[in-house]
Amino acid sequence: MIIFNGVGANSGIAMGEPYFITKKQIEISSATTENTQAEWDKFVNAKKIANIALTALFERTKLEIGESEAMIIDVQKMMLDDGDFNDYVTDLIFEKKHTALFSIQEARKYFSEFFLSLPDPYMQARATDICDMCYRLTQNVLGNAIEIDLQKPSVVIAKDLTPSETLQMDKSKILAFVMEEGSVTSHTVILARTMAIPCIVQCDFDADKMDSEIIVDGETGFVYINADSDTRTHLLNKQKEQAEHKIFLQTMFGKPTVTKSGNKIEILANIGSPDDLEYALANDAEGIGLFRSEFLYLGRDSFPSEEEQFEAYRKVAEGMAKPVTIRTLDIGADKQVDYFNLGKEENPALGLRGIRICIERQEIFVTQLRAIYRASGFGDVSIMFPMITSVWEVKHCKKIASIVQKELKDEGHKLGEVKLGIMIETPSAVMLADELAKEVDFFSVGTNDLTQYTLAIDRQNNKLERFYSPKHPSVLKMLEMIAKAAKDNKITASICGELAADLSVTEFLLTAGFKKLSVSPSFVLKLRAKIREM
Amino acid sequence: MAQIKYVITDGLGIHARPAGLLVKCCEDFSCDIKIGTPLKMVDARRIMGVMGLGLKKGDELTMTFEGADAKEASQALTEFLKTNL
Repeated sequence: MIIFNGVGANSGIAMGEPYFITKKQIEISSATTENTQAEWDKFVNAKKIANIALTALFERTKLEIGESEAMIIDVQKMMLDDGDFNDYVTDLIFEKKHTALFSIQEARKYFSEFFLSLPDPYMQARATDICDMCYRLTQNVLGNAIEIDLQKPSVVIAKDLTPSETLQMDKSKILAFVMEEGSVTSHTVILARTMAIPCIVQCDFDADKMDSEIIVDGETGFVYINADSDTRTHLLNKQKEQAEHKIFLQTMFGKPTVTKSGNKIEILANIGSPDDLEYALANDAEGIGLFRSEFLYLGRDSFPSEEEQFEAYRKVAEGMAKPVTIRTLDIGADKQVDYFNLGKEENPALGLRGIRICIERQEIFVTQLRAIYRASGFGDVSIMFPMITSVWEVKHCKKIASIVQKELKDEGHKLGEVKLGIMIETPSAVMLADELAKEVDFFSVGTNDLTQYTLAIDRQNNKLERFYSPKHPSVLKMLEMIAKAAKDNKITASICGELAADLSVTEFLLTAGFKKLSVSPSFVLKLRAKIREM
Repeated sequence: MAQIKYVITDGLGIHARPAGLLVKCCEDFSCDIKIGTPLKMVDARRIMGVMGLGLKKGDELTMTFEGADAKEASQALTEFLKTNL
């Protein structure tokens, strides 16, 4: 048995025969020509063919993998037309009278070395894009095809893989990638992760010894050749476990979330931007239980417009095609935004945050409510208000909401029916749950903040770990009180904090009477599996 | 001539994708557009040069605009930087 070691870049175990991608990066010796125009035409023609091939690859990638991955190819297309690159080649051909092939080679060396000389490893890795593009141009000048044809499922082994090589391979036939070079930030690794293919980079292997079955463990970074029976069994078991778990979770897809005794539960997803929608859908969430709207306000220096917000909410409401609960902005505390001009506070966690900002700065609130109500014409939308402590706050919010609703109707907008609810995340809201329940359509418990405010412990202070417990008896008692108040007033109660994903409390939460749990998309199927076993 | 300054907030800096988008955004205008730092300014329509600046999170970049539609271009690029970088 021979073992080669590299850096695991994407986990998973694969075994199969190797397929070597050897690029004959031929060294062209300096050659001059008198017919410079003919050489220039060769270069222009090679670019034209490259452009067609890259355009096709771009379209395919966009369709099969996604827009952001396709952009990698688009950048290469732009590099082909880059002024610096073309000036460099023009000078070599027309002034120095070099052949097209030699000029492309020299340009490759010049620009790849330039990127390699930059201090940032990400930029150094871009030298691969230059080599990829120039290799393509060279092969086009020579009239060679650059297809990679995997005849059967194989472990793809290469010195380095360029994005265009990775993307043009038949995905169903790639068992794993093993690369001698490459870094964890290279595009190929990003693609391997997107396509869920085991991947090892910086692997110091001897290609001559890789003639039989190869086993790749993308987690540990080990590549096994002629594995002995113990190792083989061990790896096979590991592979089986990983695959079974994945398949098992996939079997939960489309299944109802119901306990053995017939208690029907809804598992929703928490998302932080419209981009997360695809994960919610891919994990079969039964709706969006918490759509955090802060992403619209963070990382910029002016307020998002009504139109911009409307687009974001509409995209999620339409795309999800199931109930979506949007939480109005919860800025403040650990999320600070300069242009709100909130002033410095001694104690931001107990300061102007959540609904308090919306009440103090009504114009911000109205813009957001207008955008959400308009989106309600495109899907099943609910609104919830964060950081409620008093009944008057809820009455105030409802009043503003009804004014906004009427204004929009007068303006001729088509609105859906919008349920209004509140986050229960302060001890005060728990104590007033019975009164609050009479004002709203639903409760959603933010267990993270509720725990912090109940235990008087800053979540971010790791010196207090010993005193902090998300399952503190006082918190659990509060959860029971909330569920009871909701039940007594015939409204729904859900949990959208981290506690909802903790499988050790699922039974407690269901017994208390919670019917909806909202978790990160990746927890949806695990939680469903757990509930179906109860 | 118009000039804008912007501090990069994107964790990866001017990486391949935003560089590509930036070049495309500049192509909508006819004026001369340069990007970089006081030490090194490059043509904002040349992607290799833009990426080669190696600008990272926290770096302040300068863009200059010279020509007929300089004002419109500087406004569009201001928006672009805020959204993408």
